[in-house]
Amino acid sequence: MFSAQADVFVRRRNNSVFFFGLLGAVTIGSIVLTQYDVAKGLISFAKAFFWGASNFYPVGTSFRRLPDILVKLLETVLMSISATVVAAVPSLFLALSGSRSTRIHPFFTVCARGIGSFFRNMPLVAWAMILMLAFSQSPLTGFLALFLGSLGFLTRAFMETIDEVGEEAVEALKATGAARPHITFQAVLPSSMPQVVSWLLFMIETNIRDATLVGFLTGTGIGFLFDVYYKSFNYHAASLVVIVTVIAVIGLETISNGVRRVIL
Amino acid sequence: MALLELKNVTKCYHGAARALDDVSFSVDEGEFVSIIGSSGSGKTTLLRCINRMIEPSDGQISFAGLSVSGLRKRDLRRVRTKIGMIFQHHNLVERLSVIENVLHGRLGYKSTLAGMLGVYTREEKRKAFEILEILGLDEHMYKRCDQLSGGQKQRVGIARALVQNPRMILCDEPIASLDPGTSKVIMDYLSDICRDWGITLVISLHQVELALRYSHRIIAFSKGSIQYDGTPAGLTRERISSIYGAEPMLARQAG
Amino acid sequence: MDFEGPLVAGLQRRGASRPDNRARRATGITIAVLAGVTIYALATMDLAGVNVPRAVSDTLRNFGTVFFQPHTHRLSVADAFVEIVMTLGLAVLTTVFGAVVALFLGLLGAQNLAPKAVTNVVKGLVALIRAIPTILWVLIFAVAAGLGSTAAVIGLSFHSVAYLTKAYAESFEDLDRGVIDALRATGATWWQIVFQAVLPSSATYLLSWTFLRFEMNFANAVAMGAAAGAAGIGFDLFMASGFYFDLREVGLVTYFILATAILLEVAATRLKAKLKEK
Repeated sequence: MFSAQADVFVRRRNNSVFFFGLLGAVTIGSIVLTQYDVAKGLISFAKAFFWGASNFYPVGTSFRRLPDILVKLLETVLMSISATVVAAVPSLFLALSGSRSTRIHPFFTVCARGIGSFFRNMPLVAWAMILMLAFSQSPLTGFLALFLGSLGFLTRAFMETIDEVGEEAVEALKATGAARPHITFQAVLPSSMPQVVSWLLFMIETNIRDATLVGFLTGTGIGFLFDVYYKSFNYHAASLVVIVTVIAVIGLETISNGVRRVIL
Repeated sequence: MALLELKNVTKCYHGAARALDDVSFSVDEGEFVSIIGSSGSGKTTLLRCINRMIEPSDGQISFAGLSVSGLRKRDLRRVRTKIGMIFQHHNLVERLSVIENVLHGRLGYKSTLAGMLGVYTREEKRKAFEILEILGLDEHMYKRCDQLSGGQKQRVGIARALVQNPRMILCDEPIASLDPGTSKVIMDYLSDICRDWGITLVISLHQVELALRYSHRIIAFSKGSIQYDGTPAGLTRERISSIYGAEPMLARQAG
Repeated sequence: MDFEGPLVAGLQRRGASRPDNRARRATGITIAVLAGVTIYALATMDLAGVNVPRAVSDTLRNFGTVFFQPHTHRLSVADAFVEIVMTLGLAVLTTVFGAVVALFLGLLGAQNLAPKAVTNVVKGLVALIRAIPTILWVLIFAVAAGLGSTAAVIGLSFHSVAYLTKAYAESFEDLDRGVIDALRATGATWWQIVFQAVLPSSATYLLSWTFLRFEMNFANAVAMGAAAGAAGIGFDLFMASGFYFDLREVGLVTYFILATAILLEVAATRLKAKLKEK
């Protein structure tokens, strides 16, 4: 009645044991390899909460820093938006040349995907550090790093969008005998615009978070300010930076979602 | 004493008309009761109030002498193990095999831990296999449910209810998604279960002719209240058309 | 020859949808606003005395060195390999920790499994965690744990938890309510339903999302190596570029990171395809 091999219960149990065993082994291996101290981790986790409750909040004097913080925040936000928008242009071009619906030749798809993959997998840190050599600690460094970092994601996102949206529109117009550039600009692009804008907004949100990291490394924006306060043990001011960042990020997300609701 | 008793059961949703309006009836052990009525008449709400999947707004429901209405979670679960339920869309876990889905019927009897890990006793597995044999599904025991036909899936649903060893099975439009041939097969199975195992069946249907053919008793609903409660023989053509409103085809089928 | 009229008419005749006017206008306005902000940002960007043309040509030359003249100096190929494995190790840890916590939070965040009040709290918590950039999380915990791998793993895990909680919750919500009802009707407890129906049905999605997060965590671990002193190749990248100014070594390190990231991406795509069949 229940042959051992076919018995699905035995099979499930074996699969689970194998899977969790493997997972456990990899995890323990990683702990050993990275010399992650589990005990210290848990203790620090608890310690951090106590420290946070007693130190990590803004006090009266911290608010004097607020103008500086807001200026840097604005700088960061502007940098993120402009880097994303500027990156959107070549990305859109690449996506159009590579997308199934609008490409001139399948070869371009491979190219576009390859370029997109390259930029997407390049570490942002590498861009930031290399750029810093020539551009030193200026907002331009952050801008360029974010620009280069956005190219990969936007190219793939746009390509997916155009692939999805383009097909029906292209089919319809090909039947009327329209030329490719006309099809692209009169049908594919307009149909993809809402989703493209949605991706733009998403990338801006991501970039603001990345801008903090880039700023930390390259001495620009709000990341830099946090570093300054942090290294000088001014945790109250640092906490203000965090609060302001959270408000900005959530505010932007709310606006983005509102916009998406209308345009999509 | 009746196995199932409903007294003045009412269900209102906010603002909308009453889904159930002062419904009272009782069902004896071993009866095959069909609930008929057009969509929106309250059939589904009624069934789900019986095992408290939906909370009635008012009224009393008792099963085997015990009031269902006031029960706490654990006791409610215990009562539910004695009441099986079959659904229009079978509601199986598609990725899992037939036998695993059938044994889900035993979860109410098991400790939380044993149930979570799917540890079933040999006795339970044997019983499940016997039931699958009776329903003609033993060959498909280890197949994934998404590989089965609609009729086969429904039989798995029936098996899941049977393995609970229930005193009563509630069937919510069990054949609505099936073709006429398969519908008859399912109804035959249900009828056999009622007769041979002594399990009380309460089935909601909109195929009046099937209800007339298989049931001991028919309760007809319209707009949340009972319009007819009696034997199939007493259900005349005029009665049917008044229940369904302007649905001459169904009326003709019954006549 | 006027193409536009017949083109648009042809579109409409074939039933291709014409986005309603409000949406079209909003899209246009959004683009205009974004473009305007960009122009303003570029115009007012503080160049901090940088000689842009020279910086650009220097950078291009630097890229050339990085990408076309990688070499081993302080780091041998074997060393770099070990460092990559370390970084992967950090990524594994933060993904596993994140997944474990996210399983619980995800269940609490699924609308078909938990009451609205609870799911709202979970969703709010997730949004809050995501609003704080990872680097800040790591630095916060570095106060208690010191800069290094421990703080990095803990800090990284916050975003892991947030991302996976949202992904898991959405996977759980995909399960038909009817199946949950059916098991409730047999008298099963909530935990039994979770283990016997919810988890088996969403297993493949959970795995897919988790591997995706692992991919992201590798990149994050590299960043934390550079910014917060965590072990691994990120730290080498930081040292080679910011301390030793050895661009050729930067090239080697960059290639290693790129190769690993691309391998992970390929693996993720394969996994997704394989899981889709199942």
